[in-house]
Amino acid sequence: MADVVVDRTRVTRATGARKGTSLRNALGRKSTVAFFLTLPLILLIAMLVLYPAFYSLYLATLNKAMTKFVGLSNFTFLFKRETFWMVVQQSCIFAITAVIFKALIGFIVAHFVHNIPGKKQRKWRGMLLVPWVIPPAMSTLAWLWLFDPSYSAFNYTLSFFGVGPIPWLGDTFWARFSVILVNVWYGAPFFLIMYLAALKSVPDQLYEAAAIDGANWWQRIWYVTLPMMRNIIAITTLFSLIVTFANFDIVRILTSGGPLDTTHLFATWAFQVGIQSSDIPLGACVSLFMVPILAVAAIFILRDVSKRGNEA
Amino acid sequence: MSRKTLTRRQFVAATAMSSAALITAPYVRGAHAAGKLSIGFWDHWVPGANKASTDLVNEWAAKEKVEVSIDYITSNNKKIELTAAAEAQAKSGHDILQMPSWWPQAYAENLEPLNDIMEPLLKQNGEVNGTVKYLGQSGGKWLAVPATPGSQIKGPCSRIDLMKKHAGIDVQEMYPAGGPPKVENWTMDTFLKAAEACQKAGFAFGIGLGETTDSVDTAGAIFQSFGAELVNAKGDITVKTDQVRQAMEFYKKLIAFLPPDAPSWDDASNNKWLISGRGAMILNPPSAWAVAKRDAPQVAEQCWTHGFPSGPKGRFAPYLPYFWGVWSFGKNKEAAKSLLVHLSSPSSIEKFVAVSGGYDLPAYANMSKFKTWEEEGPPKGTLFHYPDPYKHQTLSIAASPAPPKIAQQIYFQATLTKMALRFARGETMEQALAWAEGECEGFMRS
Repeated sequence: MADVVVDRTRVTRATGARKGTSLRNALGRKSTVAFFLTLPLILLIAMLVLYPAFYSLYLATLNKAMTKFVGLSNFTFLFKRETFWMVVQQSCIFAITAVIFKALIGFIVAHFVHNIPGKKQRKWRGMLLVPWVIPPAMSTLAWLWLFDPSYSAFNYTLSFFGVGPIPWLGDTFWARFSVILVNVWYGAPFFLIMYLAALKSVPDQLYEAAAIDGANWWQRIWYVTLPMMRNIIAITTLFSLIVTFANFDIVRILTSGGPLDTTHLFATWAFQVGIQSSDIPLGACVSLFMVPILAVAAIFILRDVSKRGNEA
Repeated sequence: MSRKTLTRRQFVAATAMSSAALITAPYVRGAHAAGKLSIGFWDHWVPGANKASTDLVNEWAAKEKVEVSIDYITSNNKKIELTAAAEAQAKSGHDILQMPSWWPQAYAENLEPLNDIMEPLLKQNGEVNGTVKYLGQSGGKWLAVPATPGSQIKGPCSRIDLMKKHAGIDVQEMYPAGGPPKVENWTMDTFLKAAEACQKAGFAFGIGLGETTDSVDTAGAIFQSFGAELVNAKGDITVKTDQVRQAMEFYKKLIAFLPPDAPSWDDASNNKWLISGRGAMILNPPSAWAVAKRDAPQVAEQCWTHGFPSGPKGRFAPYLPYFWGVWSFGKNKEAAKSLLVHLSSPSSIEKFVAVSGGYDLPAYANMSKFKTWEEEGPPKGTLFHYPDPYKHQTLSIAASPAPPKIAQQIYFQATLTKMALRFARGETMEQALAWAEGECEGFMRS
């Protein structure tokens, strides 16, 4: 037998009050406010990034006519194509070479700019950022005219030295050189500005201590500057690698992938296969191939960054 | 008061008749066409040419009481192809979309059959050539209506003075204005000799070897004139044939006389080559000549557009028709059809040709002798033979007669120019053919 009388209304009231309080608490929490503030961005990313990403995964599993599910057979088809492996190789050559040169040039120029005193430094910083600020489609058109073998400034200038005419975009070596050059020109200022910020954050005392220990300029860079900049170099390299791998506009405008497909990257070949040749599932497959390659790079680089972060 | 009762049989009959009337009602064109209509037209190169389309559409809209909106979409960087792909995916967009050559076939499943308007149009304007049927029809169904704006033949545009001086060919005599062509000797051999002579004189023929349409169209016509097909009409791969080998040998010889940077040429390069005065011939519609008229009049007055040289299997000219398609998911298909009939009337076609300075080519047999082509100049009559008024060549598209969905891949992957270039750059014939065969096998997937 029950010996306790339960007042049901009181229990309900208490639960309601608790609920009200917990809602107020939840709304009052900083993390909730932060979530609501970032919600528009999350929705935007979901709409413009996540939805297309999952949609392209779905497309990649359809047949050419997009009428039936074919599983992974588009991927296995690609593995058998000679051009696909050429595109993989070229994308790696393009991205790795361009990122190395961008990082190197950015690093060297950042040092020069760092050593320029006050006001002048601002002017140089502004000027050196110009290539990065101009929309790449526009600046690449200017490069296209410069590379024109018949009427361009490059070959005209070279002719005074008895060199050329060089088929900048008509020969495999020169075409690859040209697309990498334009990418380096466009991307180096990003490295410059990131490295400059990193350089400014290196405490002067470290250099002074190194000088007292008798370190030369190379030792200062190797033992002070580089260790202090390691994280920013890693993150900048990863970010640039992703963007360079996914490059489209430079190659599309300069060579359209030619001559003989030898400058195609994943994005340009995906466009050619998917849109121009009306094979959207295969185009989606080609573009999805960037994901595993970049994921592996991201895992290695970010793992290293977090390891060093923990050490610190 | 007597009350007539409705029998079950009468009720069924009345319902059936009403349903039939309702279903068939939207298919009555003309007076009933109303509401809104959204149109995506190709943005014409020729300044002022879009105005003709706008005027014709407005004239029709005022008569039919339809509210119209027109978007002019550039073909630069494949904007039209992107628009078509997006609209086909979304099942939403314009009611009428102008499409380049291959796209009606690519989106056949999404296009409204237009046999009901094409059949009267063919009776009115004359037959269309085989390439228009190949690209515009599928299983007896007309997928789209051939559009006059944008349709073009990419025949030779020669420099009268340079061809006479260096190659000993009088192109005006060969293709006289107002008269039939005298082309017994205008063969691939003559063409090759002329290319060599002009190259030695420093005025090489401006023929691209890139991956854009001008390069591919030229390769297509040359291959066809040798009877070379990579894939035949049945869909069988026919790369390793004597005809393909002959075409490859010819191309290798020709490439030696072309500008060294031709592999990187796009569709603007040949125009620049002619306008700058560096070349004796390009293969292009008269847009290059039209620009030369404005920017380099001394070059323009020496230009003469004419027919293609003939090969062992005939005389083929690269032909690229545009089409107007009506999406099957469109909201006002009847109004769309009514407008297309209006745009395909002889007076509309003549207007399109006139405002484009003769650039636009009607697909219909009875529409190749307008005054525009006789009178345009300088020099007067330079465009007389552009529309092939004496039908002395086969207007064809590269990669035909392969089934269109395979041919489209061959075309846009530029397989013809690539295999010729591979051979010319040192690969053996068998290597180049094996590569092309592998590519074609890849294009077979359905």
